[in-house]
Amino acid sequence: MKDLKQSFFISVWFMLLTFPIMVIRVNTIEKVVQWRWTNMAAMGIGTFILSYLWRYMLARKEAGAQENGDVLPWHQKLFSERKYFIPFVAAVLTFAALFPLFVSEYRVNIMITAMIYVVLGLGLNIVVGLAGLLDLGYVAFYAVGAYTYALLNYHFHVGFWLALPLGALVGAVFGILLGIPVLRLRGDYLAIVTLGFGEIIRLILENWGAFSFGPSGIANISRPTFFGMMITRSQGILFMYYLMIALGIFTIFVVNRLQDSRLGRSWLALREDEIACQAMGIDRMKTKLAAFALGATWAGMMGVIFAAKTSFINPASFTFLESAIILSIVVLGGMGSILGVTLGAFILILLPEELRAFSQYRMLIFGASMVLMMVFRPQGIISNVRRSYEYHES
Amino acid sequence: MNIMNPDKTITEPGTGPQKVLDITALTMSFGGLRAVDKVDLDVKEGEIVGLIGPNGAGKTTFFNCITGIYPPDSGDINLIPQGRKPERLNGMKPNRITSHGMARTFQNIRLFQNMTALENIMVGRHCRTRAGVLGAIFRGPRTRREEREIINSSYTLLHNMGLGEFVNEYAKNLPYGAQRRLEIARALATDPFLLLLDEPAAGMNPQETEKLMELIETIRKSGVSILLIEHDMKLIMRISDRIIVLDHGLKIAEGNPQEIRNNQKVIEAYLGSSQVSG
Repeated sequence: MKDLKQSFFISVWFMLLTFPIMVIRVNTIEKVVQWRWTNMAAMGIGTFILSYLWRYMLARKEAGAQENGDVLPWHQKLFSERKYFIPFVAAVLTFAALFPLFVSEYRVNIMITAMIYVVLGLGLNIVVGLAGLLDLGYVAFYAVGAYTYALLNYHFHVGFWLALPLGALVGAVFGILLGIPVLRLRGDYLAIVTLGFGEIIRLILENWGAFSFGPSGIANISRPTFFGMMITRSQGILFMYYLMIALGIFTIFVVNRLQDSRLGRSWLALREDEIACQAMGIDRMKTKLAAFALGATWAGMMGVIFAAKTSFINPASFTFLESAIILSIVVLGGMGSILGVTLGAFILILLPEELRAFSQYRMLIFGASMVLMMVFRPQGIISNVRRSYEYHES
Repeated sequence: MNIMNPDKTITEPGTGPQKVLDITALTMSFGGLRAVDKVDLDVKEGEIVGLIGPNGAGKTTFFNCITGIYPPDSGDINLIPQGRKPERLNGMKPNRITSHGMARTFQNIRLFQNMTALENIMVGRHCRTRAGVLGAIFRGPRTRREEREIINSSYTLLHNMGLGEFVNEYAKNLPYGAQRRLEIARALATDPFLLLLDEPAAGMNPQETEKLMELIETIRKSGVSILLIEHDMKLIMRISDRIIVLDHGLKIAEGNPQEIRNNQKVIEAYLGSSQVSG
């Protein structure tokens, strides 16, 4: 009843607010004022329904939070029980393997981009989700990886396969370089400094023409070869697709092992409480640096992939918006959850593509769904569930 | 009555228990305020030492100085592991101090809320284990063995602390008393020989306090010395071998519970001088 009353007031308020734009229309040719009262009624009814729905959903969410209960969430069940897990993985892999056979090259290309963001998301997840260090300049490491390959290729004709580990390594080194000055910072301060770092890298690339060829970028970067054989463009796309699947699986494997290891636990402890973490004998500096370095490794590696995929890079690909998207993937997907981040990347990259049909409203829908998501599921699509242990006689 | 240094003579080698912690003239100021002023304190092997004082006496600052959260202005803090050379703790980082064998708990519970009870203890094993990045990724036989050792010892510790039912429960979902115990368990997981407890009974009901006292006694019997800050006088009087009283950063008394109870300065500090003038 209270909700109804509230919704009623909100709808009245909205009718008043929108009165000048929705109701009055001045016809300048015939010099008359048109009063469109139906618009006002539509506005009122629409707002009333939406507002009531909103309240209802919020109330339901709160009721749900109180019950919670001991029932395992479906995704937890999926991974803890073998009879679900094996068919699930098999199905996903089969789908992934057969996917390019049934769809256009364009879609395969988008899928490659999505996979790149999966790996980037998982990499940032180490820093933000596990270690709790808010990094707004993650794209800098992506840029470092891309330019590592582009420049090595341009000057020394270094091939893709050598550049891949090198990009990862250079990414890690830059991760440590960023990590050292921000060791003492946390929270908002850390976010600002990392944001600055991301911009510094981009500005250097943009302005140091002699080094990075400035805004015009580097073109004609070699595409990957297949055991020394050159491959055609469409074969290249297929090859890139399968390579990304392999790298995605590799990333999931490594991140999964990391998060249940001694190091992973120390990251979580750091995220939960820095002072208690140190009191437990954990070296804060080392742990933070490890998080920055391991996070940046993936970005560096993906940078190499990106450069090889597009064969052209320039600083415009590495703006703050990229960092924001990767961070959204992590937050929307569910901080610390591998499945969540993976789903988050697919949704955030594929959804805008699918919405091209409604291109006018694309960003509106995208934005609104992000807001709704954060209101109704702030923990992300899939919340991180810690592993259960059982005692085994050694 | 001189109770300032009653045990001075029996600390000579071979004449009594060895000191495990020896603090001399510790001083710490914040601006013009001397929070801790030339305080001497020592803890001997197997001893429970209580640190009391009215609010704002500098107890927690004192704790934070010895555990490396604040670097002290002056004075010496020496930790003396049995059979090894003493470590000077001044200016040492908290994690190094813990790995030298002194662990602590916090006045307001600082558990890792979104980790399970078992994982909280497993974090405590961190400084006694070694697996690094590569170990975590490749999970070789040594890492696996170490991981199993961490799980098993943490599991055993959790059971011995009476927290067996909460193994895979998130720390934030534990009842208050259990959270306090878990914090002590986590500190014990670092294999300390000296345990610092900062108001472990705060907010506990009488039954929980009773259980806590038993627990502290058990820990002492297992060979861990204890330095304890507490406001619950009943607890501290019953459990401590020796009590040190701070007021306005100064040590005003030291002695066994009986002596402290009858000490004029202590009574004044707690109740004010006018009330006891007669």
